[in-house]
Amino acid sequence: MRRLIVIAGHYGSGKTELAVSLAMELAAQKDRPYPRLAVVDLDVANPYFRSRERTALLEEHGVRVYGDVYHSTGAAAELPALTAALRAPLEDEGCQTIVDLGGNDAGARVLRQFGKYFEGDDHELWAVVNFRRYETLTLQTAREHVESIQSELRLPVYGLVNNTHLLRETTPEILLEGYEKARALSEEMGVPLLFTCYPAGIIDPGDLGGIAPLRPLGLYMRPAYLDK
Amino acid sequence: MTTDKVLMKGNEAFAEAAIRGGARLYFGYPITPQSEVPEYMSRELPKHGGCFVQAESELGAINMAYGAGAAGGTVFISSSSPGVALMQEGMSFLCSAEVPLLAMNVSRGGPGIGGIQPAQADYFQVTRGGGNGDYRIPVFAPASIQEAVDLLYEGTDLAQYWRNPVMVLADGMIGQMMEPVKLPEFKPVLSPSEIAGRRDWACTGFDDRGGDQNRRVVKSLRMQPEKLEEHVEKLFKKYAQMETELSRYETENLKGADVVFVAFGTTARICREACEILAAQGIKAGLIRPISLWPFPEKAFDEIDFGATKAVISAELSMGQMISDVKLALNGRLPVFLAHRTGGMVPTSPEVAARAKAVLEGLK
Repeated sequence: MRRLIVIAGHYGSGKTELAVSLAMELAAQKDRPYPRLAVVDLDVANPYFRSRERTALLEEHGVRVYGDVYHSTGAAAELPALTAALRAPLEDEGCQTIVDLGGNDAGARVLRQFGKYFEGDDHELWAVVNFRRYETLTLQTAREHVESIQSELRLPVYGLVNNTHLLRETTPEILLEGYEKARALSEEMGVPLLFTCYPAGIIDPGDLGGIAPLRPLGLYMRPAYLDK
Repeated sequence: MTTDKVLMKGNEAFAEAAIRGGARLYFGYPITPQSEVPEYMSRELPKHGGCFVQAESELGAINMAYGAGAAGGTVFISSSSPGVALMQEGMSFLCSAEVPLLAMNVSRGGPGIGGIQPAQADYFQVTRGGGNGDYRIPVFAPASIQEAVDLLYEGTDLAQYWRNPVMVLADGMIGQMMEPVKLPEFKPVLSPSEIAGRRDWACTGFDDRGGDQNRRVVKSLRMQPEKLEEHVEKLFKKYAQMETELSRYETENLKGADVVFVAFGTTARICREACEILAAQGIKAGLIRPISLWPFPEKAFDEIDFGATKAVISAELSMGQMISDVKLALNGRLPVFLAHRTGGMVPTSPEVAARAKAVLEGLK
């Protein structure tokens, strides 16, 4: 995994859950290639469910979170503005940085102003796809979404992430159906499928027919009462 | 039966449900936490032969809706709390002129411009109305995206049937969260002559009416008090019928309940988890979930197990507004308490459970 991981995708494809889960996973690793770890929340399109809402949890595990413009206003400020401080982890060569973008091409656009940090080859742009999202149900619509993000960012997609799910109603069949589509999309676009996510505690990875690699996602962003 | 479900964000699903329900006209102005609705409509409505207009303000939007509805259009509008406040004058006009409209409030914290996090402090606004005069608007409060989809889909027909605005009130959480939903089929879209025939009051113009030369007038002005009184009496006969036909609710575990929560929308879901927490502590808690806020489902309160229940708790994301209706419905039969957060703060289920426990302790 390269130093800068940029997570992009359709609204609600699961970027933020992936960013928080990945940060928690990396934070738990003993031998990390980079001593420091950060999450940069660049979502200025969405007012709720942003990774900055989990600042307390992440910082408790040693992950710095950059996202709030004015630290005093809490996570709820709705400002299309970014703190200059978030350049620090992008510049710090000892900091593995997960960049959580806003949804679609419109949400991803924000990254453009930081283009100079993505000229080298120490970054990976991940495109998250959920084939159960209404607007990315087919190969064609999913491809259009990925390509629009790619052209907005003027960065090539490094790899696809299959995050096909229906929250707590996810079944192994749904996930495997998404996996087949993700593989086809990967072949069509000539971009590798990096891994498949599954909701931990809902899906038993043993039921996934041996597909690999897999990455468990914790439902860190979702309040428990939503599933009552 | 998850195979035909898709994952949608609340706001996207609301917009899609309105389109599938037959809405082809949308007028609005972006406001958090519902801006995805106009965004979705601007992109999707033209694909269905519909028309999206970004109004100069919510005041403009409601009056565009008034005009388009009066001309026989199937209209959907949406906004959030302060934006819906701006629409109140128009709501009164639409009710008086009996113009159908499907409207949605994805509510946030107030008063004033307030904040952008979820709230239910528009209960009085939507059930009592900020417009002038004697009028009523049916209001439905979904607790899930699926329920919102179903209510909006039905709402286009309800608005036409009753010739009245119909409001769906969802708090910001339901607008912003994601859930699996099953989308209903597209309703057939009426041709101009079908509209002129079925909506036989609408100002469609003579061309689509097959020779009918009668003038149609849609108005809210009645200068003679006798005529105005007669008109309002007629409206209230309709509202009385709505009260019997549109009252909707769900109850859970009322039998033997020590305490009963009354909650709608997101808060009802928090109360469900609070009931489980209380059950684990040996306290039986039930839930009344009003789905219609006006008409308020008073009948639900007759289902309370009065031999067992000691208190009723109105759980709200406000300083306590629905609690007035809860007290009216109970009419002194049980003491009523409030569990609440406001301003965009959402209580946790342990907080709500602790409040219920404290209420029961206090009554001993």
